[in-house]
Amino acid sequence: MEVLFNVWGEIVKFFQSIWDNFYQTIIYDNRYLYILEGLFNTLIIALFAVIIGIVIGVLIALIRNNYDRNNKFKLLNKISTLYVNIIRGTPQILQLMIIYYIIFKSVDINIVIVGIIAFGINSGAYVSEIIRAGIESIDNGQIEAGYSLGLNYSKVMRYIILPQAIKNILPALGNEFITLLKDTSVGAYIGIVELTKASDIIASRTYDYFFPLIIVAIIYLILTIGLSKLISMMERKLSNDYC
Amino acid sequence: MITVKNLRKKYGSKVVLKGINLNVEKGECVVIIGPSGCGKSTLLRCINGIEKVTSGKVIFEDKDINNPKVDINKIREKMGMVFQQFNLFPHLTVKENIVLAPIKLKLMSKEDANKKALELLELIDLKDKVDMYPSQLSGGQKQRIAIARSLIMNPDVMLFDEPTSALDPEMVDEVSNLMKDLAKQGMTMIVVTHEMSFVKECATRVIFMENGNIIEEGTVKEIFENPKSDRLKEFLSKVK
Ligand SMILES: Nc1ncnc2c1ncn2[C@@H]1O[C@H](COP(=O)(O)OP(=O)(O)OP(=O)(O)O)[C@@H](O)[C@H]1O
Ligand SMILES: [Mg+2]
Repeated sequence: MEVLFNVWGEIVKFFQSIWDNFYQTIIYDNRYLYILEGLFNTLIIALFAVIIGIVIGVLIALIRNNYDRNNKFKLLNKISTLYVNIIRGTPQILQLMIIYYIIFKSVDINIVIVGIIAFGINSGAYVSEIIRAGIESIDNGQIEAGYSLGLNYSKVMRYIILPQAIKNILPALGNEFITLLKDTSVGAYIGIVELTKASDIIASRTYDYFFPLIIVAIIYLILTIGLSKLISMMERKLSNDYC
Repeated sequence: MITVKNLRKKYGSKVVLKGINLNVEKGECVVIIGPSGCGKSTLLRCINGIEKVTSGKVIFEDKDINNPKVDINKIREKMGMVFQQFNLFPHLTVKENIVLAPIKLKLMSKEDANKKALELLELIDLKDKVDMYPSQLSGGQKQRIAIARSLIMNPDVMLFDEPTSALDPEMVDEVSNLMKDLAKQGMTMIVVTHEMSFVKECATRVIFMENGNIIEEGTVKEIFENPKSDRLKEFLSKVK
């Protein structure tokens, strides 16, 4: 009986200490607010960066496709190629630092916005390659059928090629967003309070890394797994529409 | 209506068309035959400007289609083209396929285009497919809809590139019959095909090409019953 009580006491003590630990690192002093702020910034940066990325990506893809097909936009095509090569050929963290410490050095600007711009510019290069591949994956007969009806290049792209390409590249675009969501953690390096930085701030106050890191990891997982589910649902819906 | 003058086409160093001369008058149905790879498709594609010529001219209704001042898109509105692989737009329904060009080119109002599309579908007996997607249709149905998609533009001439070659044998007739109807209504046509019932019934002239050249041309009778050149004789013996 006494032994049993002892074991029970140990179990209670164990959970008590876990709770104390949780309380200290997450609840006390409203520390969870850091995590909420981090979550908010991570989502905002990823969302706006992917929008910027898609806008830049579509533009670049169209410039380069128009050059490949019609030999137009020679100079713009050169600039676009240079941009894609630079972004893909240098570490993202370095791009972020260059934009923050050099380009916005003497400008008073919210650091989250710096993050959005830096991640958006980075994403644009990758998205442009995704969209370019998507456009090229559409059978040439589609373009020819469009031309033969009297539609010009931009109408063919807009009404025939891009709608089909977008459907093909949706999974890749979704993956790009998921990657971006995780990569925003690089922003911690220049002091953006996103999810990873938030857990780091709490841990450095309490010298206890367990809960801050684990909780943030779980949040990342929920976001990324939820997003992949959403993407495959959209994919299925789109492929139901036509074959 | 269409005049092709000394048309040459090279891909890299490979000469595919070696100086083609051809004149097609209004109401004619010109059939082009010849072995695989002799340049039939390339010729059609040069005529509507999908392929740029290396030298020579294509004149359509008194306009040189390769003149940079000529709006090639306006020319193509009047020159329908039907492909071996149909090339319907898979993301659009049958009706949307047909009305896309006239609406986006602002040639018709939405209502007029829809009405005209239904009339055309009625004509080709596919009215019940109006809201289906191409993937839900048979090859013969797809090709008839591709023809309707060209017809809604009221073309002055229709180019056909082996329109029945990708079809299962039992579907050849439905497409072939539609083409016969068009020819009989006086549509100007240039047709690459080896579908003999169409050729015999409709061709006003048959052109035999080989290796980038026009070797022989004449009426159906002249070409099939009285071939002059050895190469045409050889070709016909292989086809039969
Ligand atoms: N884009 C291209 N690049 C290089 N060569 C080409 C291209 N298109 C066609 N050719 C070549 O040009 C020649 C003529 O091709 P074309 O398609 O006009 O022949 P065709 O008479 O239509 O043959 P088929 O009966 O098989 O359709 C072929 O030798 C082909 O390999
Ligand atoms: Mg061919």
